[in-house]
Amino acid sequence: MKSLEELAQIRERMKNKVALREANGEIRIVVGMATCGIAAGARPVLNALVEQVAKQHLDNVTVTQTGCIGMCRLEPIVEVFMPNEERVTYVKMTPDKVPEVIEQHIKGGKPVVKYTIGAVEN
Amino acid sequence: MIRTHVLICGGTGCSSSNSMLLVDRMEAEIVKQGLGDEVKVVRTGCFGLCALGPVMIVYPEGTFYSRVTPDDVEEIVSEHFLKGRVVDRLVYRETEGEEKVEVPSLQETGFYKTQLRVALHNCGLIDPEQIDEYIAMDGYAALGKVLTTMTPEEVIQLMKDSGLRGRGGAGFPTGLKWEFAAKNKVPQKYVVCNADEGDPGAFMDRSVLEGDPHAVLEAMAIAGYAIGANKGYIYVRAEYPIAVKRLNIAIGQAREYGLLGKNIFDTGFDFDIETRLGAGAFVCGEETALITSIEGNRGEPKAKPPFPANKGLFGQPTIINNVETLANIPQIILKGPEWFASMGTEDSKGTKVFALGGKIVNTGLVEIPLGTTLREIIYDIGGGIPNGRKFKAAQTGGPSGGCIPAKFLDTPIDYGNLTRIGSMMGSGGLIVMDDTTCMVDVARFFLDFTVDESCGKCTPCRIGTRRLLEMLDKITSGNGTLEDLDKMEELCNYIKANAMCALGQTAPNPVLSTLKHFREEYEAHVVEKRCPAGVCKKLLRYEILPDKCKGCTKCARNCPVGAISGKVKEPHVIDQSKCIKCGACMEGCKFSAIIKK
Repeated sequence: MKSLEELAQIRERMKNKVALREANGEIRIVVGMATCGIAAGARPVLNALVEQVAKQHLDNVTVTQTGCIGMCRLEPIVEVFMPNEERVTYVKMTPDKVPEVIEQHIKGGKPVVKYTIGAVEN
Repeated sequence: MIRTHVLICGGTGCSSSNSMLLVDRMEAEIVKQGLGDEVKVVRTGCFGLCALGPVMIVYPEGTFYSRVTPDDVEEIVSEHFLKGRVVDRLVYRETEGEEKVEVPSLQETGFYKTQLRVALHNCGLIDPEQIDEYIAMDGYAALGKVLTTMTPEEVIQLMKDSGLRGRGGAGFPTGLKWEFAAKNKVPQKYVVCNADEGDPGAFMDRSVLEGDPHAVLEAMAIAGYAIGANKGYIYVRAEYPIAVKRLNIAIGQAREYGLLGKNIFDTGFDFDIETRLGAGAFVCGEETALITSIEGNRGEPKAKPPFPANKGLFGQPTIINNVETLANIPQIILKGPEWFASMGTEDSKGTKVFALGGKIVNTGLVEIPLGTTLREIIYDIGGGIPNGRKFKAAQTGGPSGGCIPAKFLDTPIDYGNLTRIGSMMGSGGLIVMDDTTCMVDVARFFLDFTVDESCGKCTPCRIGTRRLLEMLDKITSGNGTLEDLDKMEELCNYIKANAMCALGQTAPNPVLSTLKHFREEYEAHVVEKRCPAGVCKKLLRYEILPDKCKGCTKCARNCPVGAISGKVKEPHVIDQSKCIKCGACMEGCKFSAIIKK
C-alpha cells in the first residue's frame, strides 16, 4: 500500500461487511422465520432483502429474523418498522417482490399497499 | 450474502473455558445446516464480562449469550440462525433468579451502559487477526493523517493538548515524554511498548493486545514519527501466548500492507516493530529494567536520571509507553485532543480500564471515564458484592497500591485523588474485598509477592521487604506487639525513601494504607490475639457448642487429624492442641453446633 487512497478503498470495501455489528438501523425489516415461514419460502426472501440492502448501501436498515407471529397461512411475512410510523406487514412475500418494496417503501417511504396484509386479505 | 455475524470471544478468559472449541463446532454446525453463505463466525477479543464466559453476541440483533457450551451450538444454529427464535435460556440476565428482567442486547446491560469504551472500542467487535476489519473501523487512518498532514511538533503538541497520561501506573503526561525524546537530535531513537503487565489481577493490556493489536502498532508508528524513531519493540510477557500470537500476526499483516516497513504511505518515513518476550519477572515492568532485559541482560533497574527519554535502549533516546496508553492514541489523533480532554477530570483526562476482581458479581474488564466514583464502578457496573455481604475495601494498583476503605466510595477516581487517599492508579487492577477479608492478611499477601519479585539489586528492597514480611507473619500468627506496628511504619517509610526503583519505593504501600485505614484490625491481632475476619489460621479457634451438639459423631469422622472426641449422642469436644483449623468439622455439621472464633 502506498497511498491513503488505497487505505480508503479497503475501508470502504470492509465497512459494509462489519456495518452489521453496529446496530444503528433506524429502519428494521423483520422476516418471519419460524417453521411455517421457512416452509413457505422465507429464506430466499430474507436473502434477497439482505442482498438488496447491502448492494444499495442502505446503512440505516437492519434486516433481522423473528419467529412465528401466528398467521402461518400468510407466510412468508415481512414487517417493516420505521421511526414514528406504524408498522407495515407484508404477506405472501417472494424474492421478486423485494426490489419493489425496497425501492418504493424503504427508500421512497411509501408502502407497497398491494402486498400488505390489508390488501391481500380483502 | 452474509446476514448474521456471530462474535465469539477469543480472549484468554473465554479461551480457557473452551471458546475455541465453540468456534469450531459453530462453524461446522452452520455448514451442516446449510447456512454457510448466510452466517459468519468471528473470533474477537475480550468483551469484558469474563465471569460469564464463554460469551457471544449475535448481530444484527445484538443478542448476548453467556455461558455457552458446545452442546448448545446445535440449538443456537437451528433455533436462532435458521428460525430466528432467540434461545431464551442462554440470554444473559443481570439479576439471575429474580423476576425475569430480560436484557437481550449487550449495550443495554447495566454492565455496559455506563461504560465508555475508547481503548477497548474494538475489543469484542472486530476479528483481531484480520487487518481489514481494523481498517474498516478507521484503522491506520490516524497514521495516514499524521504522516501526510502534520509535523512531528504538531503531533506532540496535540498529545500535550489532549492531557493523556501514562496508563501503566505513574501517570506521566505522554506528550511531555515524547517531547523530551524528540529534543534529542541523534540519528537512532526507539519506541518501546511496555506490555509486561505484572500486577496480580490486572489484564487490560492483555485484552487490548488480544482484541485490537493493530491499534498498538499504529500508535507506536505515530510515536516513532513524533520523536524521530524508526524502530519499535513490544516487550510482552511470554505468559500471554494468545497476545503474542496475535501481535505477530498483526505485525506480519501490517508489513504486508506496507503500513510498517520502508517508506510508509510514500512519505519517506520508515518504521518497523519487533516483539521481545519477557520471562515473567515483575521488575521488568519497570522501564529501566525492561530496557536492560531487551538489551539481553538480566532484568535489573538502573538509577534515574538519566531518564530513558535521554538515554534508554542501547544508550539511545527511548520512549516507553504502556499498551493502554497507546491504544488511546489513534482515536485522539482522529477525533481531536478536545474530544479526549472533554472526558475525565481536571488532572486526569479520558477513560481508564479497570480489571474488576475479588468479591464482586461481574468479574471482568470495564472502561469508564476518569472521575467516576468507586461506588458507581462496584455497584452500578460491577453488580455489587455477592451473597449480600458488606463492602470493606477496594485494592487498586496491585502490589504498588493500597486499600481504599468504604468512606472513600464516593471519591471520584483519578490519579490525584487515588494518591491522596493512600493508593495509586497503577495499571488498573481493582480487587474488591468484603467483610470476610482480613486486611493484615491482604498486606501480607502483597508483601509476599514483592519479596519474591524483588530483583535484589538494592538493599532497602531486598532486605527491607523481607523484614516487613517477617513482621506481618509475626502479627498474623499472634505474636506481634504494638511496638511492632510502629517499627513497621518506620521501616515502610525508610524503604519508600531509599529503594532504587518504583518496585521497592511502592512495595510498602499495601502495608501503609492498611495501617492507616484499618489500624484497629492490626490492633485486634496484636492485643486481643484475634482475627476479626476469621482468616488468619493461627488466631482461629473452632469450638463445639455443647447445647447444640447432638452427638452425631459426623465431625469426629470428618476431622483429618482425629482432634475431635466424644461419645455417641453426647456433646463432642475439640482438642485445640491437635486442631489444624481446616474447618472440615464446621462444614459438615448439620446442627450449626460448631463455631469459629
